[in-house]
Amino acid sequence: MNAILDLVKRPLLVALLLIVGLLLLGEWLSPGFASGQQILRLLIVAALLGIVAAGQNLVILGGREGIDLSVGGVVSLSAIIAGNLMNGADAGIPLAILACVAAGALFGLLNGLGVTLLRIPPLVMTLGMLGVLQGLLVVIRQGIPSGRAAPGLSQFVSQPFLLGLPGIIWLWIAVGVAMALLLNRTIFGQRVYAIGSNEHAAWMAGVPVRLVRIGIFMLSGVFAAIAGICLLGYSGSSFANVGEQYMLPSIIAVVFGGTSLAGGKGGYTGTMAGAFMLVILQSILTTVNIDESGRQMVFGATLLVLMLFYGRGKAMRA
Amino acid sequence: MAAMMTGSTGLKRWVERYPFLPALLILIVLLALNGFYQPRSVSMAGITGLTKTYLALMLLAVAQTYVVYAGDIDLSAGAILSLVNVVIVVLMQHWGGGALSVFGAIGVGLLVGLACGLINGVVVAALRLQAIVATFATSIFFTGLALYVLPVAGTPAPAAFWRTYGGRFLDIPFVFYAVVVLALLLRLLVRMRLSLQLLAVGDDAQRAFQSGLAVTAIRMKGYALCGLFAALAAFCVTGDTASGDPLVGGKMTLFSVAAVVLGGSALAGGYGTVVGSVFGALIIGLINSLVYFVGTPSEWQNLLQGLAILVALMAGVIVGRRARA
Repeated sequence: MNAILDLVKRPLLVALLLIVGLLLLGEWLSPGFASGQQILRLLIVAALLGIVAAGQNLVILGGREGIDLSVGGVVSLSAIIAGNLMNGADAGIPLAILACVAAGALFGLLNGLGVTLLRIPPLVMTLGMLGVLQGLLVVIRQGIPSGRAAPGLSQFVSQPFLLGLPGIIWLWIAVGVAMALLLNRTIFGQRVYAIGSNEHAAWMAGVPVRLVRIGIFMLSGVFAAIAGICLLGYSGSSFANVGEQYMLPSIIAVVFGGTSLAGGKGGYTGTMAGAFMLVILQSILTTVNIDESGRQMVFGATLLVLMLFYGRGKAMRA
Repeated sequence: MAAMMTGSTGLKRWVERYPFLPALLILIVLLALNGFYQPRSVSMAGITGLTKTYLALMLLAVAQTYVVYAGDIDLSAGAILSLVNVVIVVLMQHWGGGALSVFGAIGVGLLVGLACGLINGVVVAALRLQAIVATFATSIFFTGLALYVLPVAGTPAPAAFWRTYGGRFLDIPFVFYAVVVLALLLRLLVRMRLSLQLLAVGDDAQRAFQSGLAVTAIRMKGYALCGLFAALAAFCVTGDTASGDPLVGGKMTLFSVAAVVLGGSALAGGYGTVVGSVFGALIIGLINSLVYFVGTPSEWQNLLQGLAILVALMAGVIVGRRARA
């Protein structure tokens, strides 16, 4: 147990130090960057990415080259479903949540079935599903107007809710606690680590490998759907492919959180720090006065440098 | 199809030997269906148009194949394509747009592709970062460079360039010469030691290392080759669109990965063919045109394409696995 704690702790420490460093850098570049209000705004944006990354985290922990490229499509789909069902009225919120979560779970189920029953590699399965989701978005968009967020939802995302923090921050904290409990205190969580580190051994020990993996993909879909609803509240209305921006960054957040892409090692606390770190970095780059090309070059190069701190592969030995 | 495979071991042996056979079969069926719904699509003009549009994706799929051989992946292939596209368009305009400027730009374009490939090779193979996230980071960097070279889409390519690409020599469309050259090039590469070495590394890197292969150098060469083919793909895009666009390749990356899988190569590495990837790219093109020809309402086309590609991907994986089992 101690060994596991150490593994999780170190990348988390790195991420936290980097967060503090980046905040100081931001404050130095543009005074007021690290003020309470600003940090709160950054946290709201990070919560959106962090909730998507929770599902991605589970898929990656489950191993077998686990990766979910369809999360971006689910986020977009959920945002447009929610926008239509609530269409600016609070009364529609419960139904919208229900429908979005069901849609997320359905696409997660399809991914899970493809990966387990047909043994399609997760990358291929979720890549194909992303194409289907993008096509579905076109169909939905042609048929119905894109809809608006309910005022209650927008308030939940941007206005103080409890102790001065907006509801979405509390939601993110709740997701964090739930993930910690799920991974460390439930049989399901132990099984996720088990199939992630050695699927065959887990199967021999009686773990229902397929069911666990299907559950993982369904949870990933559900988390992406929840993030989609929140994204609608954040932006007011949904527009084409809003979710695409979360596809690969959700994977980067997990990696920066210290979870190994090989599966079986890591946790969600680090991922939360990783998501926050990514958002701060992007925000710093928008604050400083350089044009888009320079911003992208610095962002790409910084990501590479930061990756050197995490899980480099082993050197070949004879 | 799966039932058919188990039924005859002879066919299984064929697929084992030529992993692209299922892709070829799907390709022929799609071609027949295209011809059935729109006879003109299989005419000389139709095939020329298809080749002109999808030659870039074929080349990008070939590029992706060489890194997939070694069990790696390149999510920056499309960004490299964009960068080369804007670099050559800007250079050709700068140098006056004559024949000499075209050859000069093509030379620089190949160097840019090679340099990008080497950067990927260094971060993935030498620095040992995970390919999927590291090449995503380099793709952001390359996109930034492309935006620096040409901030907005629109600079036209000189007429000498796209007239050649879309034109004819001795009554035969230029793109068919390009296809023949590509076929010869691929044949040459298949016979080179590097292809086998990449496959060996993808099959089992540890064992390849123990048998004396320079694993790091081989993976880097794979990425370098990928960069070069991405540059070739960029030339085709430039010929087809006749302009520069810093974001033109972004959407093509995932299609190149899909084409590789459709072609029967294993994403885990160690198994596959470049010819299959070329077929895979054509399958994507033919699915797109078939959906249009059967008269699907425009808003349903993307969904139908997505579903057809998903089904083809799953079929490709399952058939490929049965052949190897």
